[in-house]
Amino acid sequence: MGGQNAGKIPLEGHDFALWEKRVDALMVLCSSKGYFTVDGLRRVLEDMGEDSFETMTYYERWVAAINQNMVEAGAYSLHELGTKMAEITARAETYGEASGG
Amino acid sequence: MAETLHNWVRVRAMMPPGHVRTPSYLRGKRGQVERPLGPFHNPEQLAYRLKADQQPLYRVRFSMAEVWGKDAENPGDTLDAEIYAHWLEPCDAP
Repeated sequence: MGGQNAGKIPLEGHDFALWEKRVDALMVLCSSKGYFTVDGLRRVLEDMGEDSFETMTYYERWVAAINQNMVEAGAYSLHELGTKMAEITARAETYGEASGG
Repeated sequence: MAETLHNWVRVRAMMPPGHVRTPSYLRGKRGQVERPLGPFHNPEQLAYRLKADQQPLYRVRFSMAEVWGKDAENPGDTLDAEIYAHWLEPCDAP
């Protein structure tokens, strides 16, 4: 409403990937611990700009918003995040193999 | 049974960058307070991890004629939106 034409709305449901369910769980866990509110997530989602709604999936935007809020809350540093990401990337090629490690 | 509506209000027309909960399409529009909803922490502060004041929230009723002007297909239909007190100013009935 009040926005731009967005084409047809896909009405069929779809299952969620494991990583998407984990993003959802992460959001519930981190917000219940008091790191951020839904307002903080919405603010980051809006700040990503219109393009991100075309170029990123729903849960990709979510995990980016959660991460931004966690960094701002001081839950972990960018250095810790980068180190962990490199460690996981080095484990295996695929998400399934890397998360089983 | 007709509902009793309260004061006429106009939504502030400002467009600050950043996170606010007031829909853009209602800014500058006039409506009538349908009911007060009580105080809630201000999302404009919560969004930035600031200590948040409590602000009264109101449910405001707008006519489609007010929202869409001449383009309204059903000018008498209404839309209710929940808007914080600091976005509302008193106004005369249109």
